[in-house]
Amino acid sequence: MNLSILHAVPLAGQVINLCAAIMLLLGFAMLAQRRILTLINLFMMQGAVLAVSTAIVALTTQQHHLLWSAGLTLILKVILLPYILHRLIRRLSVKWDIETLLNIPTTMLAGIALVVIAFNVAQPISQLSGTIMRATIGIALACVLLAFLMMITRSKAVPQVIAFLAMENGLFFAATSATYGMPMVVELGIALDVLVGMVIFGVFFFQIREQFDSLDIRHMERFKER
Amino acid sequence: MRDLSTINGLLAVATGWLIIGGLGILFPRRFTLISRVLFPLGAVLGLALACLALTGIAGEVQTIILPLGLPDLPFHLRLDGLSGFFLLLLGAASAGISTYAAGYFRKGGGTAPGLQCLLYHVFLASMAFVMLADDGYAFMVAWETMALTSFFLVTSEHRHAEIRRAGYLYLLVAHVGAVGILLSFGVMAGSAGDYTFDAMREFFHHGAWPTIAFLLAVFGFGAKAGVLPLHIWLPEAHPAAPSPVSAMMSGVMLKTAIYGLMRVTFDLLQAQLWWWGLILLLFGLASAIFGVIFSAIQTDMKRLLAYSSIENIGLILVGFGLAIIFKSFLLPHLAALALTATLYHCLNHAFFKSLLFLCTGSVLHATGERNLGKLGGLIHRMPWVTWLALAGVLASAGLPPLNGFVSEWLLLQSFLFTSGLPHGYLNMLLPVVAAALALIAALAGFAMVKFFGVVFLGQPREEKLAAAHDAGRLERLGLLWLAVGCVALGLLPNLVIMMLDPVTRLLVHSGLSAAASSHGWWLLAPISEDRASYSPAIFFGSIALFMPLVFWLVRRRYHGRMSRVPAWDCGFPLQTSRMQDTAEGFGQPIRRVFSPFFKRTREHPSAFDTQPRYLSIVEDPIWYWLYVPITRIVEFGTRLIAFLQEGRIAVYLLYSFATLIILLVLTRG
Amino acid sequence: MNFYALFAQLLELIVALILAPMLTGWVNQCRAWMQNRSAPPLLQTYYTLSKLFHKDVLLAHNASTLFRAAPYIVFSCMALASAIVPTLSTELIFSPAADAIALVGLFALARIFISLAGMDVGTSFGSLGSRREMFIGFLAEPALLMVFFTASLISHSTSLATIVETLAHKEFAIYPSLAFSGIAFMMVSLAENARVPIDNPTTHLELTMIHEAMILEYSGRHLALIEWASCLKLFAYSCLGIALFFPFGVAQAFDPIALTLASAILVAKLALGGFTLALIETLSAKMRVFRAPEFLGTAFLLAVLAMLVHLLLEAGR
Repeated sequence: MNLSILHAVPLAGQVINLCAAIMLLLGFAMLAQRRILTLINLFMMQGAVLAVSTAIVALTTQQHHLLWSAGLTLILKVILLPYILHRLIRRLSVKWDIETLLNIPTTMLAGIALVVIAFNVAQPISQLSGTIMRATIGIALACVLLAFLMMITRSKAVPQVIAFLAMENGLFFAATSATYGMPMVVELGIALDVLVGMVIFGVFFFQIREQFDSLDIRHMERFKER
Repeated sequence: MRDLSTINGLLAVATGWLIIGGLGILFPRRFTLISRVLFPLGAVLGLALACLALTGIAGEVQTIILPLGLPDLPFHLRLDGLSGFFLLLLGAASAGISTYAAGYFRKGGGTAPGLQCLLYHVFLASMAFVMLADDGYAFMVAWETMALTSFFLVTSEHRHAEIRRAGYLYLLVAHVGAVGILLSFGVMAGSAGDYTFDAMREFFHHGAWPTIAFLLAVFGFGAKAGVLPLHIWLPEAHPAAPSPVSAMMSGVMLKTAIYGLMRVTFDLLQAQLWWWGLILLLFGLASAIFGVIFSAIQTDMKRLLAYSSIENIGLILVGFGLAIIFKSFLLPHLAALALTATLYHCLNHAFFKSLLFLCTGSVLHATGERNLGKLGGLIHRMPWVTWLALAGVLASAGLPPLNGFVSEWLLLQSFLFTSGLPHGYLNMLLPVVAAALALIAALAGFAMVKFFGVVFLGQPREEKLAAAHDAGRLERLGLLWLAVGCVALGLLPNLVIMMLDPVTRLLVHSGLSAAASSHGWWLLAPISEDRASYSPAIFFGSIALFMPLVFWLVRRRYHGRMSRVPAWDCGFPLQTSRMQDTAEGFGQPIRRVFSPFFKRTREHPSAFDTQPRYLSIVEDPIWYWLYVPITRIVEFGTRLIAFLQEGRIAVYLLYSFATLIILLVLTRG
Repeated sequence: MNFYALFAQLLELIVALILAPMLTGWVNQCRAWMQNRSAPPLLQTYYTLSKLFHKDVLLAHNASTLFRAAPYIVFSCMALASAIVPTLSTELIFSPAADAIALVGLFALARIFISLAGMDVGTSFGSLGSRREMFIGFLAEPALLMVFFTASLISHSTSLATIVETLAHKEFAIYPSLAFSGIAFMMVSLAENARVPIDNPTTHLELTMIHEAMILEYSGRHLALIEWASCLKLFAYSCLGIALFFPFGVAQAFDPIALTLASAILVAKLALGGFTLALIETLSAKMRVFRAPEFLGTAFLLAVLAMLVHLLLEAGR
């Protein structure tokens, strides 16, 4: 059945592949970005691409519950979270520039290495999986790893949160590409988690700013026990 | 009765070199004899060696046992395709270099000419013996002779402390490397203890022993070739040596290490593992990137070329590693392609790097300057050297239609045909390596433009450059030979590939001659015409046709009027020669883009300094990461046992005495 | 058959030589319109060239033979390059002579000669321009090669004619890798043709110029040849982009009608391409010289990503 789908809708598969490639590209763009507002916009775009690809999968494979998750992604990651982040930045008057711990070209090289690793790690999984978008598992994994790398290399809290959210994007994409998504309940749960996490982060931002007058998380190093 | 004429001929040539050296030392002060007779004779012998080797590549394997050496341990010599090819390289390059050297060595200063002549020719002969040797013993003797003679040649200006220091460093690394090679032979000889290469070929190794032998060989030969962490002697020794010696060392001696590694990997060890290739590939890539970046920021012209040699050795190793990978995955045709590219690049590098080093020699003679910041505008004073150097520069930058491009093209082709290896990571890694190769090639172009532009173009940066003179007649002849070689190797790739066919058949059991010959001499298509083709002849021909045509048309249609005026330079009136870009200035983008590669010390003047001072020193960080800690450890170790050093002879005698007694007691037991 | 190849080759060369200045004129015209200026005539570049050819050459005292030979070399290289790129037909006699890698080599050859010429007179601006040109060059060249590598992995060939044939006659499919490398190629061609985000072809502002600084000392017919060569370079790059990413309409076998049609399609595509270029140039601001590595590094990264994505998503196809 899966094979017949693959032959029946080659165009949809190609569009999904294109979406996957764009997600990867956006992942790299976020990794290289120096401006915080652009970063949020990139995150928004990634969410939009994710929603589109999920919707296409839903329509071409008649997996209607995926339409719900596409809609959820659209509302949550394209509209709500960017809005909250924009507000946060305005309220916190965060500086526009992002400081990185590693310089950008080195990060990019590390990113390429991660992509190679992710593609190879994903190869056996994608051979097992029978979905229409199995080739994209590698890319989804690469997105996760890139977001993780971004979290490591950023020294301010806001970009770190964005990286965290981007990682969730990648995970979601991986789930869709491997098994047509998780059960609805789980997805709703995750969505809620992300939202709650976001709120907690917001509170946490205000707290650390009051404490240190800055969002630089390097200040937290002071908390370690000696 | 087997035909032994070729190997006998080669032996005669090598002996001829030794005799020339002997004559040189017999008449140490007869300058005219040495420079006008002995060195040109050596060049003729080089040519003869090249011709003999050319017949030897395709011919039968010839072996001979010399009744020399220790009793029961004669020298075994053997000529096959691989040694034939490298002997060809030696002969062809040395013909040019010796001709040049005949005009180069001057009276006075440094080592006496007769001694120079001896060392130089023994150096040549020892390289020939390295390539002919067929047992570990003969190989090591020749190898060490090569190292020692080149050490004395490097230190011919031994009155300068820095040159002595460079020579010492070279000797040290050469010997540490030689230990690696010796141990590798020891492992390969195995328990049988027979050091002839034949025995090593037959001996079956278990488990990890072949890998150990391979890694030891990589270490040993890598030290000679200047592979990344062991490269430190190269940028010191090459500038210190007289230019023909630098040319010989960079063009030919580094290739003996490649030869040795190929002999061990493909010939002496029966099977290769794919990750050996990966190791070579990664080391090669690291050396190439490192070398090219450092060559782009150098301010001493010979150091620049020395770093560029590191880059080229890196490229050679990349191709070599790729050939091992292909061979181990049973893709002989691709292995042959990669190996052809590698060997081709060896030959190309021998020609263009020797040419460039010799050109720096002429510049050095004419101006006494090695520092790029004090040269410039030599195109007006030294037209011969300039135009011949241009050929070398274009070849070295890997530009069509010269030879450097052909080998780079073949190498990139072999990378592009890789997808389909039964290994996921390699499949993705290799295209990325190809990307890095593209970057290296482009950076080499940058370094070469800097070299040529700063030395030969522009206005002279110093007063004394106005008195510079062009190279002498013999020097020109030597340069011309090498430059013509660069052009010919670039225009006739198919002939070279046909010549390489027996070598690749010997090493990886496949060759490209069928593909090369099927399209005639002018079209190079290693796989098929649809996949990839390159025709240097059409390429060169059309540019050569187009240029005069355009020239003639413009003259014909319009006019040829021209007048000389002062330079315009945006109307800037106070133009002096000091305002041109210096070597530092030209390298500045590289320093900035690749700043993590360098260890920099900088001193910038402030706006209020009355005597502003600008200082920027860029150093090799590996020296500090690796070698300084090693010297610390060694020093620490020596301090631990330093109490043994008493200073009184009686105590030293006591040590010997005690050792003797202990040994006697032990042997008794 | 061979006669046809010769004919197509000559036609293509002549079309390139004649149309190239017009393309430059068209880009300038579009740009002027978009910037609300009154546009120069479409044929302005021809007038300029003709004027320059009629003028005397003023040669600096220090200029050497290399300086005088460089315009001819650069012009020949660019003419050869535009003859190699299969735009009208894939049956060309020059097409086996040079594949994609050799084409990159050809561009590099021209670049090195013009940089050397810039250093030859020994003025401060000349050597500054050469240094920057080589700097841009060593960043752009690998990215360009990577773009070609992706295309050649798709078509299993580095020969330009085969690449174009394969891409033109494949059934329609979305190649994310080609899309990526298309963007990378566009960025590289902006840099290589001294266009706005990297360099400004119309500027003579001392500190920002790259290409113009290098050719500052040229005059008369030499300058005309160099200007014409840069027109040819822009033309060759545009044709290359068209051939790689929008190859439909290329004539294949002997067919005069197809060839005529191909010429018409080519002109239309070039007009569109020139308009896009003018749009990009109008919309973006020139970067500082040291932002160029980031710009070109992004292009390089995109090209490498394209290759990896191809290996993952499309290799099985």
